Amino acid sequence: MDWQAFFLTIRLAMLVSVILLVAGLPIAYWVAYSRWRWKFLLESVVALPIVLPPTVLGFYLLVALGPRSPVGRWWLEVTGHTLAFTFWGLVIGSVIYSLPFAVQPFAAAFHTVDRRLLAASATLGASKFSTFRRVIIPLSIPGLVTGFVLSFAHTLGEFGVVLMIGGNIAGVTRTVSIEIYDQVEAFNYSAANHIALVLLIVSFVLLSFVYGINRNSGAVWPWK
Amino acid sequence: MMSEKFPPAGLSRAAADIRVRKRLVSGERSFELNISFSLQPGITILFGASGAGKSTLLECIAGLITPDEGRIVFADRTIFDSEEKISLPSQKRRIGYVFQDLALFPHLNVLENIQYGIRNLRGKERERTAQAIAESFRITKLLHHNPSQISGGERQRVALARALAVDPCILLLDEPLTALDVPTKSAMMDDLRAWNAAHKIPVLYVAHNRDEVFALGEQVVVLDEGRKIAQGTPHAVMTVPRQEKIAQLAGFENIFNATVIATNEARGTMSCRVGETNVDQTSVNQPSVDIETPLVHAEAGAKLRVGISAGDILLATAKPSGISAQNILPGKLIAMTQQDVILTATVDIGIRLAVHLTLAARDSLGLRPGSDVWLIVKTHSCHLMAE
Repeated sequence: MDWQAFFLTIRLAMLVSVILLVAGLPIAYWVAYSRWRWKFLLESVVALPIVLPPTVLGFYLLVALGPRSPVGRWWLEVTGHTLAFTFWGLVIGSVIYSLPFAVQPFAAAFHTVDRRLLAASATLGASKFSTFRRVIIPLSIPGLVTGFVLSFAHTLGEFGVVLMIGGNIAGVTRTVSIEIYDQVEAFNYSAANHIALVLLIVSFVLLSFVYGINRNSGAVWPWK
Repeated sequence: MMSEKFPPAGLSRAAADIRVRKRLVSGERSFELNISFSLQPGITILFGASGAGKSTLLECIAGLITPDEGRIVFADRTIFDSEEKISLPSQKRRIGYVFQDLALFPHLNVLENIQYGIRNLRGKERERTAQAIAESFRITKLLHHNPSQISGGERQRVALARALAVDPCILLLDEPLTALDVPTKSAMMDDLRAWNAAHKIPVLYVAHNRDEVFALGEQVVVLDEGRKIAQGTPHAVMTVPRQEKIAQLAGFENIFNATVIATNEARGTMSCRVGETNVDQTSVNQPSVDIETPLVHAEAGAKLRVGISAGDILLATAKPSGISAQNILPGKLIAMTQQDVILTATVDIGIRLAVHLTLAARDSLGLRPGSDVWLIVKTHSCHLMAE
């Protein structure tokens, strides 16, 4: 079994879910509490990766990261190379690809926090940020864990986006799902099976964990 | 000296001036709150039917919703003024708000709940403040419990302590709908009064029960459909005849026209001539009967309506004696109709009244149409309403 691809995938998934935890919180807060009339448009944009074929997303990301787009050109001028076909290009692609898997559980958790508690916090002198930190976040822990784990698991198994913007460079952009594809292409069914089995088990364990904490946040999650 | 800055007691300026107009529209229904009143230190009861605008008013004061127009001033601090475009956010208003559902933070224990609003105080001082307020409200034994582990009465004390820990300019107290038992509640209110004897802030207390108005309030503001219809001491305000409305009438099986014959201020009662049509002092031809009712602000000759619940009337087969009720009226049983296990007897005492009876009462008294009976109606079971 190719552990290089495995650890690269774990590193990618870990980075992506940490970035999404940080970046997803303000987006989810906005989705949960904004009363902007056109909010649904932005919600749709966030949810797009759920329905869009990964190749479509990958294609546009490839264009955006490449030297033809202003962003890609700027990156090329600053660093001397393009983001496409690099690990960090993969991180950016994966963050966008897994965005809804973090934001939606976060927003759903924020949404279920009793509005009266937020009002109580405000009358007790707490600012909006302080209320977020001291009331909303602690009461949304199961949702935050869910979003974190789902974005991790989703990144673990992505294929199309990786292939489009990362290619297949060993140690740089070759993730386990690409590795499985490679092995099958080379008729190494046994090797493909090993990796696929690991991915299957890891995914099952992660999802069991998510459903477990959402069934009863006290039962699996040790703190209140 | 602080005391020299304030006018002498009795002339003290208002602790809070509140003028609010807020229109709420939901679908085809619209509601307008339009009220202006002043509050003195001490407990003022806010009273009104559900939908009268009590919660909307509290939310306007707390800054949870923004009035369309108005001005809210605490002592000399303006927290809202639509003309001057002043609207302090909730967190800057220094308001104690005890929510109807209490809204204790479920992830924090009692002590942490109480300390929530005083995070800016230094450690020692915060401890001391929390300890002092916990002692005032007798919850020191609960400090390390979670809100889910304590009783409803205790939770209300915690919510009160949390709201008062921040040293607010005004306390808004929305009574929970799930009623606490009377001793529990009055003990808590005694503790609130004791606390307020030292702090002297205005307390606006939303009551849902008419009896609480007399039990708890020094002042009462009566709200009806978004407007203040009365303000004053509970006795002066609550004895004003209320507007007769379909909703209020729903509870009364017996509704009659009434004319005030005489008032008895000293006893807090008055006599009314009651009839099915418009009766007055001179009418002798129309069937009517004289009863004693609670005193309301009405002159002799005033025309009112009186409602008596069929379940509030006692029926006897002989004239009772040694009984507190003042209205003991002879009559004849006309008919009995049975609905499920409730028997409604129609009794003619000059006017016809519906009286609820149990089947057991009918059998033990041997009641049948034509029986001579006496009806007993307490003075306070006669509810007067403006015509």
